[in-house]
Amino acid sequence: MITTDTHATREMALDHGLSATEWEKIKEILGRKPNVTELGVFSAMWNEHCSYKSSRIHLKKFPTQGPHVLQGPGENAGVVDLGEGLAVAFKMESHNHPSFIEPYQGAATGVGGILRDIFTMGARPIAVLDSLRFGAPEHPRTPYLVGGVVGGIAGYGNCVGVPTVGGETKFHPCYNGNILVNVMCAGIMRSDAIFRGTASGIGNPVIYVGAPTGRDGIHGASMASAGFDDSALEKRPTVQVGDPFREKLLLEACLELMKCGAVVGIQDMGAAGLTSSSVEMAGRAGTGLLLRLDSVPCREEAMTPYEMMLSESQERMLLVAEKGRESEVREIFQRWDLPMSVVGEVTGDGRLRATFGGDEVAELPVSSLTDDAPTYDRPRETERGLPLDDPLDKLPEPEDLGATLLKMLAHPNHGDKKPIWRQYDYKVRTNTVTLPGGDAAIIRLKGTHKALALTTDGNARYGMLDPYKGGMLAVAEAARNICCVGARPLAITNCLNFGNPERPAVMAQFSSSIDGMAQACRSLGLPVVSGNVSFYNETHQVDIYPTPIIGMVGLLDDIQKRVGHGFASQGDVIALIHPKDEAPLPHACAHEYVWMETGREGGDAPSISLDAEKAVQAACRRGIEMDFVRSAHDLSEGGLGIALAESALSSLKSGLGAEVWLPEQEGRLDGLLYGEAASRILVSVSPQSVNALQEAVQSCGAELTRIGRVQEDAFVVKTPDNVPLIDLAMPDIVAAWSDALSEVL
Amino acid sequence: MQFAVIVFPGSNCDHDCYHAIKDVLKQPVRFVWHKETSLGDAEVVILPGGFSYGDYLRAGAISRFSPIMKAVSEHAREGRPLLGICNGFQCLTESGLLPGALRRNESLRFVCEEVWLKCETSRTPFTCGIEPDEILKMTIAHGEGNYFCEPGTLAELEDNNQIVFRYTDADGSVSPEANPNGSMNNIAGICNLAGNVVGLMPHPERSCDSLLGGEDGLQMFMSVLRMVASS
Repeated sequence: MITTDTHATREMALDHGLSATEWEKIKEILGRKPNVTELGVFSAMWNEHCSYKSSRIHLKKFPTQGPHVLQGPGENAGVVDLGEGLAVAFKMESHNHPSFIEPYQGAATGVGGILRDIFTMGARPIAVLDSLRFGAPEHPRTPYLVGGVVGGIAGYGNCVGVPTVGGETKFHPCYNGNILVNVMCAGIMRSDAIFRGTASGIGNPVIYVGAPTGRDGIHGASMASAGFDDSALEKRPTVQVGDPFREKLLLEACLELMKCGAVVGIQDMGAAGLTSSSVEMAGRAGTGLLLRLDSVPCREEAMTPYEMMLSESQERMLLVAEKGRESEVREIFQRWDLPMSVVGEVTGDGRLRATFGGDEVAELPVSSLTDDAPTYDRPRETERGLPLDDPLDKLPEPEDLGATLLKMLAHPNHGDKKPIWRQYDYKVRTNTVTLPGGDAAIIRLKGTHKALALTTDGNARYGMLDPYKGGMLAVAEAARNICCVGARPLAITNCLNFGNPERPAVMAQFSSSIDGMAQACRSLGLPVVSGNVSFYNETHQVDIYPTPIIGMVGLLDDIQKRVGHGFASQGDVIALIHPKDEAPLPHACAHEYVWMETGREGGDAPSISLDAEKAVQAACRRGIEMDFVRSAHDLSEGGLGIALAESALSSLKSGLGAEVWLPEQEGRLDGLLYGEAASRILVSVSPQSVNALQEAVQSCGAELTRIGRVQEDAFVVKTPDNVPLIDLAMPDIVAAWSDALSEVL
Repeated sequence: MQFAVIVFPGSNCDHDCYHAIKDVLKQPVRFVWHKETSLGDAEVVILPGGFSYGDYLRAGAISRFSPIMKAVSEHAREGRPLLGICNGFQCLTESGLLPGALRRNESLRFVCEEVWLKCETSRTPFTCGIEPDEILKMTIAHGEGNYFCEPGTLAELEDNNQIVFRYTDADGSVSPEANPNGSMNNIAGICNLAGNVVGLMPHPERSCDSLLGGEDGLQMFMSVLRMVASS
């Protein structure tokens, strides 16, 4: 008999973030009022963070299949086959709201959560990448947030011993009240040993392992399902505290346990803790679960069933083992000094039942929490977020283009990010082939000739200008980054960061953005195998720019056939790979440049033809594979000007610069230099190989245009008629670039 | 030659050391769990980097109480080769097998980067194959690598030729700019008076493969291999 002495009320339901309609629906499903614990369970499973209720119908538009996909969305992480018996598990997750409230712990536990998502699949995490968005550099809270987030990622990842190998960090005032902390993790596993979060086998024991449960993080998932107002910082107690040492033990113990064959299913206790892990595991298996809450290891005294079910204490896992093999599990966890407790069993009744102190404190149909969770097709109304006029027209043509380049390089968006990544142990596990900061990180796969290429990418301004194109461009650029190191893109994870979905304009952005991403995924043959949605990134009813972040995994079949983005050698020819039948640099808005000069944003997002994009990417890969290309770097924010500077700044031999002639094109020269045309890759190639490379590029359906050469010491950009526009000494460029983060870190 | 890599809870460079010895150096190696009490037939013992016990309290402060440390101390007392890398170095100073202490980096931040090191002595088993004054490139990755000791101890270390590595710039000059963590006299690694126990903050096991940016660290493992083989 269910304890009903603590009936929940409508008011309590509203306080838990449920709507009045949802409260009615719960009563209808149960045929009675839930008690307080049950209400807590419903609110945890039906909130936006766990139920994807506003996004689910849109997410179905993503292609998720492919011959190499071993596990698509719906599990803790996606898994893709790499050949030779190996597979990669990967996923990206957001920890935006907690990181704004408590940056160190918010970011640290973000890393912890995604690591568990990976090793719960049976994979050993081998790389972490972070996609970070902060407010304006001059915003008073920005330095505190940057320091805290970077410190938290470092503190957690370094201790666990998973290298942080890449990512991106950008600054824009639209994130002043809502920063983004998106963490991607990839892990390596045997392709025939994938573990899943399923609670199958009636009578099998349900086992709790890891840290004891405390009162931290109760309603964390609900916090991430609402916007911020002035009281945001008062939510600090809902942010959990991470213990990376415990995570490391849990990681090793779980991987050891998986080898012994006693594990039936396993899942991280992440958002909504014991509730979501138990419900989702039973839901996937079509079973029920009986939880004896008296057996849950607790860190604090007098914890109630409600608190145990909703706690988000970190470093905990729930697993189902084969009946009779409990002692094997116990032995391994004792060896690692970790609590382990049998807390229940798998049942055949399709219900989640919890007992405590002899009473049944919850008794709910599992399907009511998963399948019956509400889904909404929320109203959408397209609004133009930024003016269509190109603000370049209002900017007087500068007299000194060199000064504009130095100014951009001295901005934290384009400056040297080393002060961030030198705080991360990017080399532990001895697989990191390239330094952070390249187009994609390269991680070798020991025992093979292969390597993984990993990248994260996203451009919120394009999303704000045109969500559909913004979605396409994000996927295309991530794939281009993978190709720039010589690898073949395999599959995608994503983190979709948006504002309040209850606002039709936000919902329209979300829907169009997914349409664009899905289109690009289909064209480029890239399945989406995992992902995460973060809504309610708003403060005082002001939403962030739509920021879909793409995390991509690619494969280098031969690790020797790779390049970086820095120039290799003096005298090498600098050229652009671009779509055939298009100018090397067509007219495109110089968004980042104009924004830095005027603070204005507007105009159109770059045009893109996905067929042309595909050809450009194939051409770049071919050029690298044939050993012609010696460096490759894609053009993105800041166009050719920034790409050239970055290739010079990262040259293998310090002091290499460039001499480049802008191609013939109508329009302003500053617009040409910084124009953000899509589908362009800047390459350097030895003079003897230029013709061969041109042939190879053309055979892939793209075009190669020479624009200059690598030279020592000086960085020179000229008009087509040989008039110098920029003439800078490399040390001046280095000085501007290397000090860019000093005001924020 | 049998190597042993000690595994404390929280060690995270144990696999890297194992890989360097087994797959690059091609020598037998095994992990020894911290709860064990014997090193078996191990001729060379390595305390790897990481965050043993989460570095809670102080780096290396708890791991020194592990059961295996008694056997490790005996191994050291018998004059046999013992190498502590990063967290392993911290554990050696905490347990008194090496003098001094490793404090928080002067920047108060974790730092991961390539550094240049000058080898100051060839008298240890781990540097006997390296020319004195040779400049090596290795990686550091630590938050507490700022070597400190009493002035008297520092003088003894200098006088007794116990400083094994110093941070330098690429051309070998010992300068404050080349010092990544504020350590005294740019110390990156030291040895005991007998020379058989060596601790250093940089990670030689990360520099054993040209694919990953260099093989200078391999020289330390080659040294000990040659020395033990010839003795």
